[in-house]
Amino acid sequence: MNYAYDVGALARKDLLLELRARDTLPAMLLFVVATFVVFHFALPAHSSQLAASGLLWVAIIFTALLGLGRAFVPEREQRTLDGLVLAPCDRSAIWLAKAIATFAFLAAAEVVALPVFALFFHGLHPATVGAVALADVGICAVGTFLGAMAVATRARDLLLPLLFLPLAIPVVVGGVGASVAGSPGRYLAFLALYDAVFGLLCWAAFEYVVTE
Amino acid sequence: MLTARKLGKRYGDKRVLRGVDLDVALGDLALVTGPNGSGKTTLLRICAGLALPTEGEIAVDVPRARVGYLAHEPLVYRELTAFENLDLYGRLYRVPERRERIGMLLERFGLWEVRHDRVASYSRGMTQRLALCRVLLHDPQLLVLDEPFTALDEAGAALLDAQLAELVGDRTLLVSTHDPDRIASLATVRLALA
Repeated sequence: MNYAYDVGALARKDLLLELRARDTLPAMLLFVVATFVVFHFALPAHSSQLAASGLLWVAIIFTALLGLGRAFVPEREQRTLDGLVLAPCDRSAIWLAKAIATFAFLAAAEVVALPVFALFFHGLHPATVGAVALADVGICAVGTFLGAMAVATRARDLLLPLLFLPLAIPVVVGGVGASVAGSPGRYLAFLALYDAVFGLLCWAAFEYVVTE
Repeated sequence: MLTARKLGKRYGDKRVLRGVDLDVALGDLALVTGPNGSGKTTLLRICAGLALPTEGEIAVDVPRARVGYLAHEPLVYRELTAFENLDLYGRLYRVPERRERIGMLLERFGLWEVRHDRVASYSRGMTQRLALCRVLLHDPQLLVLDEPFTALDEAGAALLDAQLAELVGDRTLLVSTHDPDRIASLATVRLALA
């Protein structure tokens, strides 16, 4: 109960900061819509749905990367991570709250992005929407963890994509599979397994990331 | 309360702290002095539990929830108001009667009238006052204060003088400063880093 209370207080803080600064969500929205416009003109006419599905997942991964890169900016610029680390709450609550806030921003961007994708390309299969929701959980869990690691380094802008993109490959495999396969069940299960395994690993290891 | 033996810290090849021995009992005010780069901040970060020593041993007989740490940076969010910042920390530290405690501290440090303004609009001195409110919010047993007089005007410094005098004897304080004369009369332990 106390853990949920801490996560709630920290996530509320992150949402409030975004509401005030408006740094992350507008950038993610513009990026993902602009990407679909570019893909719309880049793809040859009458191209297959398979190609469009692949591009959807590329856009989602890079939009998420944009949000993840901003996730720890307030803590870095104002050095507030020390204050949070010193607080008597479980340190994984910092990770979970940040992942929840990033999930909220990514989901909000996708609420606009998915209808735009459906409009520009060949509609949207319900399994794709499910896969996007499952993928978002894994992306935010892993990306937030790596964002906390990268923020402590000087090469943070370079390090996050270098660490994140290889770990996002299973998400792309599962997402594209669920979008194009006749029976997407096993791909959705694969994404759920990825979420569970990597979520647990990040939750357990976060304490070591923020300890000097 | 706090015991350190042959404490040292390295960052890669760079040694920033070497062979520090320190004994601080309940009610002491330990004054840490030294030139720039002598390791004052590193020592205080280790004592607060934010960094681990690479050499020696340290024992701090205070739970994390009862440590208050004032850093060079105020550790508050510029886009939140003073009240929102203290409310966040008050929730994380489970401060009883949180709102009353926040109100009392803001009043004492002269920030009550601007409690709903964003910290980004504060002067450096006002931000330092807010940082002091944050440190005192959960009534810590061990206060680790790194250059607490930084950016404070004369009125703010006098407020802090009075606060420190009130705490000495009842709480344990570890204070680093470039102006040791200011609190020399309160100090019971002195540590000069070279």
